[in-house]
Amino acid sequence: MAGLNPPVPQNRNRRVAMIAAGVALGMAGLGYASVPLYRIFCQATGYGGTPRRASEAQAEGVKVAAGRTMSVRFDANVDPGMPWQFRPRQTTQTVGIGARTLAIFEAHNTSDKPITGAASFNVSPDEAARYFTKVACFCFTQQTLQPGQSVAMPVSYYVDPKILEDKDLKGLEQITLSYTFHPVPGA
Amino acid sequence: MATIADEFHAHSDGHVHDHHDHDHKPGFFARWFMSTNHKDIGTLYLIFAITAGIIGGAISGIMRAELAQPGIQYLGYFAQLLGTKDPSFDQQLHLWNVLITAHGLIMVFFMVMPAIIGGFGNWFVPIMIGAPDMAFPRMNNISFWLTVAGFCSLMCSAFVPGGTGQGAGIGWTAYAPLSTSGSQGPAVDFAIFSLHLAGAGSIMGAINFITTIFNMRAPGMTLHKMPLFVWSVLVTAFLLLLALPVLAAAITMLLTDRNFHTTFFDAAGGGDPVLYQHLFWFFGHPEVYIMILPGFGIISQIVSTFSRKPVFGYLGMAYAMVAIGVVGFVVWAHHMYTTGLSEDVKMYFTTATMVIAVPTGIKIFSWIATMWGGSIRFASPMVWAIGFIFLFTVGGVTGVELANGGLDDNLQDTYYVVGHFHYVLSLGAVTSLFAGFYYWFPKMSGRWHSELLSYLHFAVFFVGVNMIFFPMHFLGMQGMPRRYPDFTPAYAYWNHIATIGYMVMAVSIGIWIVNIIYAFTMGKKAEGNYWGEGATTLEWTLSSPPPFHQFETLPVIKDDGHH
Ligand code: HEM
Ligand SMILES: [Cu+2]
Repeated sequence: MAGLNPPVPQNRNRRVAMIAAGVALGMAGLGYASVPLYRIFCQATGYGGTPRRASEAQAEGVKVAAGRTMSVRFDANVDPGMPWQFRPRQTTQTVGIGARTLAIFEAHNTSDKPITGAASFNVSPDEAARYFTKVACFCFTQQTLQPGQSVAMPVSYYVDPKILEDKDLKGLEQITLSYTFHPVPGA
Repeated sequence: MATIADEFHAHSDGHVHDHHDHDHKPGFFARWFMSTNHKDIGTLYLIFAITAGIIGGAISGIMRAELAQPGIQYLGYFAQLLGTKDPSFDQQLHLWNVLITAHGLIMVFFMVMPAIIGGFGNWFVPIMIGAPDMAFPRMNNISFWLTVAGFCSLMCSAFVPGGTGQGAGIGWTAYAPLSTSGSQGPAVDFAIFSLHLAGAGSIMGAINFITTIFNMRAPGMTLHKMPLFVWSVLVTAFLLLLALPVLAAAITMLLTDRNFHTTFFDAAGGGDPVLYQHLFWFFGHPEVYIMILPGFGIISQIVSTFSRKPVFGYLGMAYAMVAIGVVGFVVWAHHMYTTGLSEDVKMYFTTATMVIAVPTGIKIFSWIATMWGGSIRFASPMVWAIGFIFLFTVGGVTGVELANGGLDDNLQDTYYVVGHFHYVLSLGAVTSLFAGFYYWFPKMSGRWHSELLSYLHFAVFFVGVNMIFFPMHFLGMQGMPRRYPDFTPAYAYWNHIATIGYMVMAVSIGIWIVNIIYAFTMGKKAEGNYWGEGATTLEWTLSSPPPFHQFETLPVIKDDGHH
């Protein structure tokens, strides 16, 4: 039977199949590569409400926009079941745009075990995230609280004056900064 | 290349050229379980898809029964049937999530894709390009059985714990965190594994089609002479190759997030659940075109056959599909307008999405232009094809509405979206499947179905599906959210109508099954080219059913070819 079939160009077939399989593998690889790429993209653009970070030196160079203020509202949460109390010391602050400001959060471990937490954060409205700049934050590292311990956690931030030029944010009066503490498994 | 029969002409009617009288077929087990013959594998895929489709359709029957009136009526009963003793209210609601998940996954991965690509693709792509079989017959067999294994894995998931109750209740989109920390228990792992298996099968199938179409065309069958169905499968194969691995990566991350403490989609560990949505829809939007492009191909063949002229604007039709495929990769976030995209990003995705309507419009207008001035014969496949063009256009129009970021903020996750995608899928893709079925059934089986029953099937089906899905647009605009088993009495009227529509549709499926039984018991024998003039592609040069091995002498396609 096989003798009657046309001689199948096996090598040519194998080559096309190998290229196609390579493309498939490449796409799977891109799927994974999207994880770090996405993180970089969010940090660079403030996409999805990811606030930006600035060094001390960068913060020094920012000019305060005279007479322009913004209200900043603070929100604090813990994962369901995490035995911490976590709240902002001030609900809102009215800050000069471009002025470096300190906000304090308070965390208290209500359990009898040491617990390590990591805070995730978000800014609302999303479009404001790229102007909400943190210089120092407890959320940059993990925090461990001993049984019953209470700690004040500072955030140093400023609102980038470029926000005044963004047409999507014209008339914006308040930005909300939200934190959620999650237990770090195994820590 | 091989010996070429000089006098062979691609368009000779009913020319059976089975040059040797013995047409070896292996024994039953070897033939159907270790099959390497593209026609047998195509048949297996079709049988599998019909079986899965009936199960998926029955599940939607339970859903429509529950939605017939406000309140929870049947979920408790079915939860008990599936093995939950005295199901709590939450467990009953969980069953609802399991049902919508199973329905969506079955219809997408185990009904439409196996039928249209595995079934018709396997059967007719090699024949239409004049090849004796697929490039890798054994891999073809593996593809099929991987799909079956995937289906079994999904079925198993219904009987193991999935969090609140038995089964995976994560939606066909399997969004994190519902599919990770939100659903403890092995059911979701089974469901995800099922997608891995089916996905692997489809990727192998795609590689097989690409190789076959690039390397195994008969002499003279240039790319620009290939029938449009072959073009549609080629583009689909590329979409599968580029999109499915991304889904595989995303759901593998779900698995490791669930079982191995990774935090790809978990904010607690620095991940982001929205990333899952990006990955899913990067696959998901091309996926919807994977389900419809081969249908476009089938409709092109049918419209051309029964208008008795070549498709209007053949090259435009082929490259419109390529364009749909390419642009389809850069519109995914139109499924994510409410995830907090900035105005500019929304504007981009709105525009890009609307651009797809252009090549889609080219296809619709070219079908109409093909019919225009043709001597049309309204055989049953043609009636189904015209039904397709109408129903698909309705779905396309609602798609363009949803493409508007501002409008979609209101319509997202309402029944309006359910109406949209069922018009393009249940009414579009499925109608093209039935059109292809009636077009090719006598070719595949050698026996005639009843044309009368086919018309009846169409009429009842058309009334039924429109009754089910058109009211969903009203419900969506009134604000009824999707994925809930209960609703306020304000939505009762149109939900009731939709459930009656379901029953009408179910009757039409009964007519179809009677038609198949009729064909196998009483059907007349079909000739080689039973549609006669207008049916110009290579399958019509073979007997019905075609010989077990066709084209051992390759056909030569002369330069006067129609498409
Ligand atoms: C002109 C072409 C089309 C446009 C502009 C379009 C646009 C859209 C948009 C904007 C959505 C998101 C709605 C929302 O979730 O709020 C959507 C959903 C959907 N579309 Fe289309 N669409 C088109 C064609 C198709 C086709 C051809 C198919 C399949 C054959 C399809 C299947 C779907 C599905 C399955 C969903 C819902 C997915 C889900 O959320 O579960 N669409 N479409
Ligand atoms: Cu889409």
